[in-house]
Amino acid sequence: MGLYDILFYYFAAVTVITALLAITRSNPVHAVLFLIPCFFHVAGLFVLLKAEFLAVIQILVPAGALMVLYLFVVFLFNLSAIKGIRSSHRQSALAGIVAVALLLVLAVLVVSSVFPGPFQELVDKSAVDNTSAVGGSLYTSFLFPFELASLVLLAVMFGAMVLARREDKE
Amino acid sequence: MISLTHYLVLSAILFTIGVTGVLMRRNVIIILLSIELMLTAVNLNFIAFSHYMENPVGQVFVFFVMTVAAAETALGLAIVVAMFRNLETVNVDEINQMKG
Repeated sequence: MGLYDILFYYFAAVTVITALLAITRSNPVHAVLFLIPCFFHVAGLFVLLKAEFLAVIQILVPAGALMVLYLFVVFLFNLSAIKGIRSSHRQSALAGIVAVALLLVLAVLVVSSVFPGPFQELVDKSAVDNTSAVGGSLYTSFLFPFELASLVLLAVMFGAMVLARREDKE
Repeated sequence: MISLTHYLVLSAILFTIGVTGVLMRRNVIIILLSIELMLTAVNLNFIAFSHYMENPVGQVFVFFVMTVAAAETALGLAIVVAMFRNLETVNVDEINQMKG
């Protein structure tokens, strides 16, 4: 087993364990804190897949900015009001059955599929590294969706401000 | 040797954990976190295919998924804040004002 394999299994194990811990905590603060190492290790998997640019983005945006945003919102609330919300046993059992069934279907599909190798006509040989390859596609073929993304962010910025604004009481 | 299938199985496991979180938990904050997990699983899928197909376009798609994930989180949390201010709860079972 080479170093690559060991790293893959380490990142995969930590990702799955922290994700499981995150969705089973009754305290949302603990759930958010468990998701941070989870996203860090997903970034490690991205590095193993030679996607360094997105690994950095994964640490900056989901693990950094979004988790801090969650923590701020959780701290805005009265913690006792949002802790310990339990679902019924019937619901948990149904969710477990659905989860096992979904995992089985996905695993069977993935394992039984045969994936073709790289399609030679689609292989990009011009880029020297990952960041320039992604940047090259982003600013040429995907320029319009890229600009559209900025519009989405602008709309969300105003939307969030309008939604979270406190109504003025006379 | 780690193949594409290893990554796809891992991403299927992560996605299933996310689905389980949405179905099992009643706390809206943890439901939003679970959606985040599902999006991460999809991103992992995209990057794995992009690596094994030697085509960087899959990573461009991940970039857009992350943008939309950030937008979804910001709006979702704004809705949660407004909801908590009006109803004093984050339990999705108690939020049934729209029910006819």
